[in-house]
Amino acid sequence: MTETTSSIMPLIAVLLPVGAALLVLLTGERYRNVRDSWSTIAAVVMVAVIASMLPDVLDGRVPQTTIIEMSPGIDIMLRADAAGMIFGLLASSLWVLASVYAVGYMRVEHEQRQTRFFVAYALSLGAAAGVAFSANLLTFVLFYELLTLVTFPLVTHRETASAIIAGRKYLAYTLFGGLMLIGGTAWVHMLGIDGTFVAGGLMADQNISKSTAWGLLTVLMVGVGVKSAVMPLHGWLPSAMVAPTPVSALLHAVAVVKAGVFGVVRMLMFVFGAELLREMNAWQFIAVLAAVTLITGSMLALRHDNLKRRLAYSTISHLSYIVLGVALLGPIALTGALLHIIGHGVTKITLFFVAGAINSHTHKENVSELDGIGRQMPITMGAFTLAALSMVGIPPFVLFTSKFYLGWGAAQVDQQVFMLVYLFSGVLAAGYLFPVIYRAFGKQSPDHPSYSEADLRMVGPLAITGLLALFLGIAPNLPFGFFDLAAEVARTSFGDGIPMTKGTE
Amino acid sequence: MLAALIVPVLARFRHELGYIIALAGVGLSSVASIWALAYVLDNGTMRYNLGGWAPPIGIEYVVDLIAAFVAVIVTSVASLVIIGTRRWADREAGDRLGSFYSLVMLLITGLVGMIVTGDLFNLFVFLEISSLAGYALIFLGGGRAMLAGFRYLILGSVGGSLYMLGVGFLYFSTGTLNMGETKEILTDEATARSVQAGAAFIFVGLGLKMALVPMHLWLPDAYTFAPSSVNTLIAPIMTKVGAYAMIRMFLSVFPDGYLKDIVPIADALLVLGLTGIIVGSVAAMSQKDIRRMLAYSSISQLAVIAVGLGLGTPLGLVAALLHIMNHAVMKSALFMAIASVRFTSGITQVADFAGTGRRMPFTMGAFTLGALAMVGIPPASGFFSKWYAVQAGIESNQWVVVFVVLASSLLTAVYLFRILESAYLHPLKPEPSHGDQHASGFGKTDLDMPAEVQIREAPLDMTIPTVLLGLATVVLGVFNAVIVINILEPGIV
Repeated sequence: MTETTSSIMPLIAVLLPVGAALLVLLTGERYRNVRDSWSTIAAVVMVAVIASMLPDVLDGRVPQTTIIEMSPGIDIMLRADAAGMIFGLLASSLWVLASVYAVGYMRVEHEQRQTRFFVAYALSLGAAAGVAFSANLLTFVLFYELLTLVTFPLVTHRETASAIIAGRKYLAYTLFGGLMLIGGTAWVHMLGIDGTFVAGGLMADQNISKSTAWGLLTVLMVGVGVKSAVMPLHGWLPSAMVAPTPVSALLHAVAVVKAGVFGVVRMLMFVFGAELLREMNAWQFIAVLAAVTLITGSMLALRHDNLKRRLAYSTISHLSYIVLGVALLGPIALTGALLHIIGHGVTKITLFFVAGAINSHTHKENVSELDGIGRQMPITMGAFTLAALSMVGIPPFVLFTSKFYLGWGAAQVDQQVFMLVYLFSGVLAAGYLFPVIYRAFGKQSPDHPSYSEADLRMVGPLAITGLLALFLGIAPNLPFGFFDLAAEVARTSFGDGIPMTKGTE
Repeated sequence: MLAALIVPVLARFRHELGYIIALAGVGLSSVASIWALAYVLDNGTMRYNLGGWAPPIGIEYVVDLIAAFVAVIVTSVASLVIIGTRRWADREAGDRLGSFYSLVMLLITGLVGMIVTGDLFNLFVFLEISSLAGYALIFLGGGRAMLAGFRYLILGSVGGSLYMLGVGFLYFSTGTLNMGETKEILTDEATARSVQAGAAFIFVGLGLKMALVPMHLWLPDAYTFAPSSVNTLIAPIMTKVGAYAMIRMFLSVFPDGYLKDIVPIADALLVLGLTGIIVGSVAAMSQKDIRRMLAYSSISQLAVIAVGLGLGTPLGLVAALLHIMNHAVMKSALFMAIASVRFTSGITQVADFAGTGRRMPFTMGAFTLGALAMVGIPPASGFFSKWYAVQAGIESNQWVVVFVVLASSLLTAVYLFRILESAYLHPLKPEPSHGDQHASGFGKTDLDMPAEVQIREAPLDMTIPTVLLGLATVVLGVFNAVIVINILEPGIV
């Protein structure tokens, strides 16, 4: 069983990026080398801090910090449970690479107002860590809203008309989602239920009426559905691609959207619980919605020539892999969904890094312009190839592992239909990613450029994440025990180690 | 018995002249209110009989937790605002500076008096004192302010008279003007027609003072055309005290449940409040003048207080009282910020705010905090009053309330992010006086290097209070549970 131990570590993990943001702000543009190293330092320390909690968490001792009473009877509380650890480790370790990449990208592109950019970038990591480690609904809402707020200046960073419009759209969607969450949270508390997350569902034994449960489910799922871009709440994500690529990479492939799907995990597994969702027969609706998004997202990705937009629709599709995996309400599917959070994070950040490197180096942003780019930028496109193979789900890449568990999970609960959905979407992923590889390596560029890679600060991180996509597929438990963590979440969510045989009863 | 210290302190200084004395007066009053709050927390309600006459005959001052709480807010905010707008006052009041500060002191005396009085007629007296001082201060703006002030004067006097009429009706039935005694007598014979009529008149009178829709028409013009030193002062606190007086009626004049069950004033407040939230926010969206926008925003925010009160549950009252504090702090931060911007550059139009975020980072930082609090982003203070209001709405199954309060956040975001977007994301407009060489062609393309924008903050004595108020929105938000548990929840029982 799990027990909680009082520890300041989760709080430190959340505050580290905030401290980094302050240092960045105080250092300012004049000493930009010093300024830009703060983020990387903070990211490395943050990984170390979170990883230091790992042995305890795997042993079932959950570190917890209670900060302050926020509303009578409701504390701001951070807790690094297994699910939170997955998201926290993923976000912080990718931040290490993204912080290096961002420096390269921003300098090469001569982007304006880099201090503001790096402040907001660091703050969003703090908010993401807060989302990861929130121990109850109100804390979750707090960080979820803060995440919206600090990412707004990143989306609108370029200050062009289209960036401002995208920013408005982003705010409208995410604030709406946040309000839904606020309403839902207030509702839970007014039912007299404690909002602290419990594996297996905090509403499990509360005897709430069916209509109330449905109302709550709708409100809360709409709230987290916005950031996880489940259709029809996905409209902000393609528009937000107007942001500089480091933002698209870390935030719109990892921190923000994963906060959304992580919220789905929290809501379904820790608020409602599999038992209640099965009683309500609610999971089918979520599953169908996710399946539709999954297929439609992949289809739309096929149509877009702009590489970043294509990746954005691919993200929408893959987020729904995760939502669907959770909604299937089986331990294996849940394990697969959590692995997919990690695998997709690593893979998609590589693809975005590549898109940014190509764009900043050659100013090409459309797939149709990429003929022969593989000869010019072999490392970059090599990483792209690794990531694309992972995306499609070729063994032994990381997304093969997660898709394998997702498909197995669907079979376990007798929902082979959804297994087919997963497989079909894999084919579609091949359809929108392999042509890029073919153009890059198989076609000749009209102007025969010689070998020239982008800035090392961009190529290095993307090569590492590309290799990670392969490495994590072979050894998902190294270095951070992701597989064990995912299994631990599944175990606690579905009762102690009892394997689920049938999903529907 | 030392409770009424607040009033004499103010009264002693109100005929004196000058900034120092005014500040000392309000500052002392603020200290006294804090002390009174601490005293009440330890020892329970303070009572003081003016002139030594016992309550039914003489005028009684009662400082309970709620009164002390609101008094602390009003006097503290007023002190900061007086510091921050000194330069405006110098500029605007000119040779009438002496009378300006006497009027300010009169205004605050009136407001604090309204807060601590335990007597219905005395409340009227203080209401009129503060209102008359308010009219006069608005008149200082000259020009269109004369018309705005006159309109306010007419409507305000109507409100005052209606309130007085209502009190008269109550007096016929009860034979007393003391609040506590009125409540006791009314508990016995509650259904008399005259009492009901009195309640209705009081409601309309105070409704005018707190700018409840559709009685809000005086407010936008008054805030827009009043001098900056004046609207910054009256916007955060004056309508709040009207709202406080309304709460006082619910808590200590009419018996529990009277205004809900026998005379449907709570429902009226609820309906008008919900309408006001929407009307105010929507009107705020389309305003070009930022002061006018904030004025409509005030109408919308006061309506939130009315809704909390109209729900009539303890949680609703907590929401209303907390929002009195939050809105006073947020609105003063916003008004102070725009007063500072106007001080350095003369800007009053929303469209001209472009680039101010870079030129005045601290002032606009405070504005941003105030705006986020207003939208209700946790952990800024505005979130929590809405949080309690939403909870109260769910508790009493008023889903409309939940919906409207949440929607108002979104509407607020629309009109405030307009400013933030303009201040931070649009390039600074070239100013003739500034002679910015980068101005031509700046902002045309993505790859433009940032033009060096010179930081031109307002003077420190304007910026510091602004920033303090901005930070206060966050601090009060984080520590809201302390206030709710220790002051508000015991206070409304």
